[in-house]
Amino acid sequence: MSDNRALDADRTAVDRRRFLVGSIAAGAGLTFGLSAIPEVMGTAGEALAAGNFSPTVWYTIDRGGIVTVHITKSEMGQHVGTALAQAVIEELDADWNDVRIDYPDPAARWGLMVTGGSWSVNNTFDLLSRCGAAGRLALIEAAAKMWGVSPGECQAANSRITCKGKSITYAQLVSTGKLDKTYSPDDLKTIKLKDPKQRKVVGKAIPQLDIPAKVNGTAKYGMDMFVRGMVYAKIARPPVRYGAKAKAVDDTEAKKIAGYQQFVSMPDPTGTATHYVIAIADNYPAALEAARALKIDWDLGPNKDVSSDGLLEHAKALVADSSQGLSFWDVGNAAQVLPTAAVKHEAVYITPLAVHAPMEPMNCVAFEEGGIWHIYSGSQFQTRSGPLCAAAIGVKPEQVLIHQVYLGGGFGRRLEADAMVPALMASKAIGKPVKLIYSREEDIQNDFFRTLTYQRLQGGLDAKGKLVALNQDVCSAWATKRWGIEAFLSDSTDKKGKLDSFSVNGADSWYSIPNHHVRAIENEQAQAATPAGQFRSVAPAWTFWAVESFMDELAHAAKQDPVKFRLAMLDAKGINAGTAPNSVGGAKRIANVLRTVVEKAEYGKKKLPEGHAQGVAVVSSQERATPTWTACVAEVSVDKSTGVVAVHKLTIAIDVGTTVNPDGARAQVEGATLWGLSLALYEQASMRHGEIVQTNFDSYTPVRMANVPELDIHILNTGNYPSGVGEPAVTVVSPAIANAVFNASGARVRTLPLTPDRVKAALKA
Amino acid sequence: MQILTINGFRRVVDMPDETPLLWVIREQLQMTGTKFGCGVGLCGACTVHLNGEAVRSCQTSLADAAGGEITTIEGLDPQGQHPLQIAWLKHQVPQCGWCQSGQIMQAASLLRKNPTASDADIVKGMNGNLCRCMTYVRIKAAIKEVRDQMAHGTQAMHGKRKEA
Repeated sequence: MSDNRALDADRTAVDRRRFLVGSIAAGAGLTFGLSAIPEVMGTAGEALAAGNFSPTVWYTIDRGGIVTVHITKSEMGQHVGTALAQAVIEELDADWNDVRIDYPDPAARWGLMVTGGSWSVNNTFDLLSRCGAAGRLALIEAAAKMWGVSPGECQAANSRITCKGKSITYAQLVSTGKLDKTYSPDDLKTIKLKDPKQRKVVGKAIPQLDIPAKVNGTAKYGMDMFVRGMVYAKIARPPVRYGAKAKAVDDTEAKKIAGYQQFVSMPDPTGTATHYVIAIADNYPAALEAARALKIDWDLGPNKDVSSDGLLEHAKALVADSSQGLSFWDVGNAAQVLPTAAVKHEAVYITPLAVHAPMEPMNCVAFEEGGIWHIYSGSQFQTRSGPLCAAAIGVKPEQVLIHQVYLGGGFGRRLEADAMVPALMASKAIGKPVKLIYSREEDIQNDFFRTLTYQRLQGGLDAKGKLVALNQDVCSAWATKRWGIEAFLSDSTDKKGKLDSFSVNGADSWYSIPNHHVRAIENEQAQAATPAGQFRSVAPAWTFWAVESFMDELAHAAKQDPVKFRLAMLDAKGINAGTAPNSVGGAKRIANVLRTVVEKAEYGKKKLPEGHAQGVAVVSSQERATPTWTACVAEVSVDKSTGVVAVHKLTIAIDVGTTVNPDGARAQVEGATLWGLSLALYEQASMRHGEIVQTNFDSYTPVRMANVPELDIHILNTGNYPSGVGEPAVTVVSPAIANAVFNASGARVRTLPLTPDRVKAALKA
Repeated sequence: MQILTINGFRRVVDMPDETPLLWVIREQLQMTGTKFGCGVGLCGACTVHLNGEAVRSCQTSLADAAGGEITTIEGLDPQGQHPLQIAWLKHQVPQCGWCQSGQIMQAASLLRKNPTASDADIVKGMNGNLCRCMTYVRIKAAIKEVRDQMAHGTQAMHGKRKEA
C-alpha cells in the first residue's frame, strides 16, 4: 500500500474540471481521472460528497498492459476492491488476468473517503463504468488513428484492439506514449454503456482478490505493522465510559515491572475521550501490566451514575413530551386522524446497547518521519480521522497520513479514530514510534455503541381494518451529530431544526399510509454517557424492528393475514412509486420480494413440525434514497417452560438490482443475516455507574457456529441499478423472528434481544 | 531465555517465562499470521498447534511452549496449499480474514484427530472459534468438503510430518 507524500504536487497537476486521459509524466503509464460529478454519484452519497470530491484518478494502465485499479474504499471483508474493479474492467474491455488493485494513501484528489452505509458499489458503479468505457474509447481512437481507419471499425476485447485483421494490445498502445485524449464530465455522461446482456465481467462470481492473503497469514492489518524503535502503549482506562479526568497518577508499582518505561497523562483536545493516562513499555504484556499497576486518582465526571435503565426512563419521558424532538417524516395529519380511528393500538419497542467487537481489536501504529505523522490503523473514515488526528497533536491536516491496511472487521467501528488519537498523542509526547493495541475488554467497554433506542408506535385502523394513521417516535443517541459535521444532518420536515437522519432512517417506509408521522428525538443523556457510533445496518435495524413487529400486531388487530395486510399497503402509488436510478419500481419491488420469500419458504402452506411457526418481515434498508428490498421468513419454535427460542430456518429474498459479484453479494447476505440473528437473540450490552458491564466474549456473546440455522437465501438480480448489500439483511431478521415467536407461542416480545426471561415474561402477559 | 521451535525453525526468545506465546509469536518474532482476538481463550483467533494439538496461544506461556513443536498458519503447509487452505479458497470463506488463521488451524487439528468427524463433531470442534463476519456457513462447508475428500482418499492431510 503505497507511500504517497507528494500529495500537493498531484493535487495541482490534475485539472479539476476535465476528465483526463493521457500519458502521465515520464511515460509511467496511462492514467484515467475524473473530476467531481455529483449527479452520477448516487443519492445517498451526494449530500456527503457535495463540494468535496476533487479531481481523481481511478486506474492506471502501465506499459506492460497491467491495469491497476485504485481502491479508495476500505477493505473490511466486503471484497469491495474486486467488485469495483469489475465495474471498470467490464467497460474497459481489459483481460481480467491483467487486473491488479491497490489501496492508495488518502489524498484530497480521492474526495470523500468513507466506507459504510452499503454505499460503495451503489455510489460508484456508474462512475467507474463510465471511466472504464472512456478508457476503451480512448484506446480505440488511438489505434484507429494509427491505422488510418475510423474508430467505429475497431473492436476492443481482452486488452486488445482489432480491426480488419490488424491487432494491437493495450500494452503496445500505452507504450507509444501518445495518448492524450480528454473528456469533460458532460462527455462522460453521453457515453453509452454496454447492454447488461453483453456483460462478461460484471455479474460473474470472480474469486475475490483479497482472499488468498487471508488463508495463508500474509494479509497485513494495522496490528501487523512494525517500526524500528517502536514502543507499546496501553491506555489505563477510567472506570466510566466518558467524561473522566485524571487528577493524579502514581507509577510506583509500575516501575517494578520489567520493560516499563514511563506514563503520559493528557487531556484529549478532540473530545474523542476526555483524558488519557497511557503506560509505555517495551512490549505489549509489560504495557498491559503497567497500565493496571498505575494508581490513578480519577475525577469521574458527569456520567458516573448513568445506567441503561435510567437512560430508558429518560427516553420514555422525552417521548411522552410532545414538545421534544423534530419531525422526520410527515404525510397527511396523523395527530388529527389517530384519535378518530376505529381501532387504536400502541406499543413500545426497545433495543439495548450493542457493541461492534470486530475480531481485530482497535489498534494503531503511529510515528513521525520527515515532518509527516504516519498512521497505520484500519480506517473507514479517512476524511474525518485525518484532520481529527492533526487537531489532536496540533499539526496541519496534510501532515497526517493514514495508510491503508486491511481491516480486521469494520461494521462501522472503524469510522472512529479513538485508537489513532491517543497513539499519535503518546508518540508525540515521548518522541518515539508507538503501537497501541486495545485489549478485548477495552474494545468492548470503550466502543462507540449502537445506541439504545426507545420507540413508541401508535396506529389507527378504520372499520375495514385499513391502516389510516401511524405515528412513530424514535428516541436515541445521535451518532452522526456527535461527529460534528453539519452536512451530515438533515432539516426537519418543518425546518425547525437539524436532525440526525441516521438515527431514524427506515421509519419513512414504503407503505402507503395516508397519515404518517415520524418524530426523531435525541436522548441527550445517552449522547453524553454512551457515545454512539454507526453500527452495521444503522437505524433501519431498530426502526424496522419496530415497524415490522407493529405491522404484525396491527394485522392481528385487523384480523388479517400479515402478508396480505402488508401487500395492500405496498401499492407503489404517489410517493411510493420510486425514482431512477436507485428506487425504480418503488414499493412494487418490496411487494415482489415479499411474495418471493412467501413462496420460497412456503409461508402459510408448509407443514411444520409440532411447535414450529413462521413469521415474516420486509424492509427497504438502508435509506429511502438507497433501498435494497429485502424480505425474510423465520421458522422458530419456543420452549414455553424455559422461554428459549430456537431458530430453525431463515429464508431471505433480496433484490439488489444488479449483482456485480454474485458470490460476494451472497457472502454479504449470509453474514448480514446471521448478524441480524445475533442481534435478535444474543447481543446485549448494558451500562451501570457510567461503565459498560460486559467485558469479553463470555458476557458479550455474538453468534457462534452452533447457533447457525438453515439459511435459504434468494438474491434477485432484477436488472436495476445496483444497490448496497452489506447491511440490509441485518434489519429484516429481528422482526421476522419476533413475529414467528408470537405465532409459535403467543408471546409478543418488544425488547431485543429475545432472551428466555423476556419470552417467559411475555408468555405470562 | 527460551528456545522455541516454530515451523521447524529454532528461535531464541528473551522474554519472561510467563509471557503468552501469542505475543512472542506476533510481536517479538513478528510472525503476524497468528492473531490476537480476546486474550482469554474465548475466540480462537490465536490458535496454533503445539505438538500437533490446537492450543490458544494467548493461554499458553512461553515456558510451556519451549521444547515443543509449534506450528503457525505460516507453517501449516510450506506452499500454503494445505487441503483446508485450498478448500477455504474454493469456498471463498474469509471476509475480513482476521479470525481465519485460527479457524484453519483449529480445523486442521480437528480433522487430523478425527478424520471422519460428523457434522455435529465439526460444529462442536469449531464452536470456540468466533467469526464476527459470521462466515460460519462457508467454514463448515469447506471443512466438510475436506473431510469427504479424505474419506474418498482423494486428499491426504499433509503437513502432518512436521507435527507428528
